[in-house]
Amino acid sequence: MNMLQILDLSVTFGGLHALRNLDFQVEEGEIVSVIGPNGAGKTTFFNMISGMVTPTSGDIIFEGESLLGLDPSQVTERGIARTFQNVRLFANMTILENVMVAQHCRTDQRVFGALFQTKAFKSEEKAIRQYGEEVLSFFGSRLTGYRLEQPASMLSYANRRRLEIARAMATRPRLLLLDEPVAGMNPRESAELTALIGRLRSEWGFTIVVIEHDMSVVRNVSDRVVVLDHGETIAQGSYDHVANDPKVIEAYLGRPAQDELAGEEASS
Amino acid sequence: MTATSNNASTIEAPGLDWRRQIRFSAIGALSCAFIALAGMPVGLNGRSIIQPVLSMGYLSLLWVPFVLASLAGSQVVLEGMTERERDSKDLAAGALVGLGCALGLAVLMILVQNFNLRDPLVNWSPQLLDLLSFGRSTTLGVLLWTALGTIFGVLGGAMHVVPGGMRRKTLTVALSVLTVSVLETFLTDLLEGFGLEVFTDFIYYKRGGLEVAGALLVAVLAIAIPLLVGTRITAVRTRVQEMPASERSRVNLVLLAVSAALLLVLPFFLGKITNELLANVGLFVLLALGLNVVVGLAGILDLGYVAFFAVGGYTTAVLTSPNSPGFSPQLPWPVALIVVITLTGIVGLFIGAPVIRMRGDYLAIVTLGFGEIIRLLFLSDWLSGWFGGAQGITNIPGVDVGIGVVKGTDPRSVFLLVLVFCAIAIYISWRLEHSRLGRAWMAIREDEDVAEAMGVNTTNTKLMAFVVGAVLASFAGAIFSAKVGSIFPTSFLMLVSIIILVVVIVGGMGNIAGVIVGALVLIGVLGGPKQPGLLQEFSQFKLLIYGALLVWMMLKRPEGLVPNVRRSRELHQEEFLQDAWLRGEIDADDEENES
Repeated sequence: MNMLQILDLSVTFGGLHALRNLDFQVEEGEIVSVIGPNGAGKTTFFNMISGMVTPTSGDIIFEGESLLGLDPSQVTERGIARTFQNVRLFANMTILENVMVAQHCRTDQRVFGALFQTKAFKSEEKAIRQYGEEVLSFFGSRLTGYRLEQPASMLSYANRRRLEIARAMATRPRLLLLDEPVAGMNPRESAELTALIGRLRSEWGFTIVVIEHDMSVVRNVSDRVVVLDHGETIAQGSYDHVANDPKVIEAYLGRPAQDELAGEEASS
Repeated sequence: MTATSNNASTIEAPGLDWRRQIRFSAIGALSCAFIALAGMPVGLNGRSIIQPVLSMGYLSLLWVPFVLASLAGSQVVLEGMTERERDSKDLAAGALVGLGCALGLAVLMILVQNFNLRDPLVNWSPQLLDLLSFGRSTTLGVLLWTALGTIFGVLGGAMHVVPGGMRRKTLTVALSVLTVSVLETFLTDLLEGFGLEVFTDFIYYKRGGLEVAGALLVAVLAIAIPLLVGTRITAVRTRVQEMPASERSRVNLVLLAVSAALLLVLPFFLGKITNELLANVGLFVLLALGLNVVVGLAGILDLGYVAFFAVGGYTTAVLTSPNSPGFSPQLPWPVALIVVITLTGIVGLFIGAPVIRMRGDYLAIVTLGFGEIIRLLFLSDWLSGWFGGAQGITNIPGVDVGIGVVKGTDPRSVFLLVLVFCAIAIYISWRLEHSRLGRAWMAIREDEDVAEAMGVNTTNTKLMAFVVGAVLASFAGAIFSAKVGSIFPTSFLMLVSIIILVVVIVGGMGNIAGVIVGALVLIGVLGGPKQPGLLQEFSQFKLLIYGALLVWMMLKRPEGLVPNVRRSRELHQEEFLQDAWLRGEIDADDEENES
């Protein structure tokens, strides 16, 4: 059964069609890449799934239930977590607090528990902390140890991206939306993260949708690639299939030159 | 980072910046003229600091050349730059700034003598001229001010020339004398409680201010005490720091218990006036703690916070007073308090619900509106059948606690009651800050959209901040109405909201200790919206000083007197990151962290 199903979905901002009659499915356990030139609507696509943008028409069905009209926090509670293209950590909170606060919708202690330090409160705090550390240790020693108590703003760029993924993992999602997870990383780091994305599925059981510009990452992680251009799906299928699709090549490189023009160029 | 050898790459620091000195002397001239025309010298002249040498009036002008000269001479020393040699040029620069200040006053004196501008400038008065010319001729006044300005300017400049130890000692002495003189009422009261009138009789002049001999004694003590106990204190401190964490927390707990016990005993040694003052400070601590939850933790700029104070106060009045016009159940105060807390919490929900849909400036303006609406409702004829309109509600009984009645005529009991509620409020803020809710507030303050996307229900969480803030304000309201015994809409002006906010900002947003310090400094020393502080003479300049202090804080120390770690990190992110980088704590390169 499809985990996420997007039916005939459109988003318009004023006269601009950010997404147009989009149909899209993700199956449980799949890693799907969404690619497309700048302005194709990829991030809008994520914003819409996570509830930050309301679609103009169409429907989003997650595990059999519609997500339309839900607040972003409710969408997260249903089990969809995301990262952001331009890293948006809680920069002045510590690394541990970043992953602790992300467990908000999975925990329920309120004022009473905090004021009277009930047993339930204490054990929940401990559990939050433990799970946070567990999530962080997925990235090796980079985000653990003495770093736990450091503010997130002290991390290097690549580590901030890792912490963003950790924070999304901490919300205990079933579907993970990664928005350009390797942007700005060097080849070594991006190769490592590619492997991590694979492990996110095999070890943590997440279904993953990833927006990415780096084609080597796309080739290595994805079961399926969806190409967006001007808010429409122009191709989907395996990486090799999509990479050779003339429409995709056109979207990225432009239309082949007119015959006469080509002729002129050839003669000169 | 490659280690740079110290000598090879240091850069010569730039020389003395004369343009800056001239700019500062112009600023000094304008400030002196402004202070004089604001009426501070004349208004404050009644209070002396050291009798008969220095009065507060003259001090209000004399600090200008000193502080400005020392500010003008300060220079940022960058990493890798040599520090400039300080020499007589600095003294000359100080003199220049001081002369500038004196020039401002001189021009003012001549103008005051020859023109009459009393209509627009109320303080353009013969008294001002009299004061500025030291009761003699204008020419002499000009000469004297030139000399004084230069001397204080040179002293300010000298702060950079003399060695650090001496500078620190001079400043300690000056500040101790000033503090002891300013805290006169408080100290006299306190020492009287311990039967040590001899000491205060010796140092203080009968009608206010230190005697010369007293000032000298204070100066000697200010130097001697650190010499005698300073080393011992540092020794104890290092010993505590070397202790294991568990033992250290036990030491902290003991310290906390001792200071709490001292605070509980303190009111019995204090007189009426000081107790009254401390009770007022305590009320503002309560209010500021509440606002701190809303502004400091959740980052919601609430400019109408006084509304909750008003609701708390009025509800208590209606429920306890026999004179309540509409509904008068005459409940005992503790019972009423439960209703008050519930009701104010509900009002918090109702005001919060529409407000938190907005952000930033819009939110601030809407809260400002709600603050006024609540006050106008209490004032209105429409509801005067319930709340008495402008006549308010009078004859509110005190708090019957079994062993006695807490009421305004007995400020000691009020202070104790306030103290108990402050402790409760501190506990509430502290526990909530370090809980799931507190983390969610922090996340919202950092980035609301992301917090929402990470599963924090921002609407509920922000509402909760409003409710907690409202409940803490209701404590203050309930105590206020029992203390004063009557309640009127004029006690809940917008100004109160602003002053609470200033207390929070100046003290240190998001920090409990900071908020308490802020209330002590502002409400205790300068005075609240209606209550006088230790410096009663200052009450007419209170708002001017509040404003100046706020501007200065925003420019120089936006994180407040006792800052919250996170906030100062945020406000000084660049410096903070540079420092961390120099200490080698930033992973500039990922490779080396590979394990």
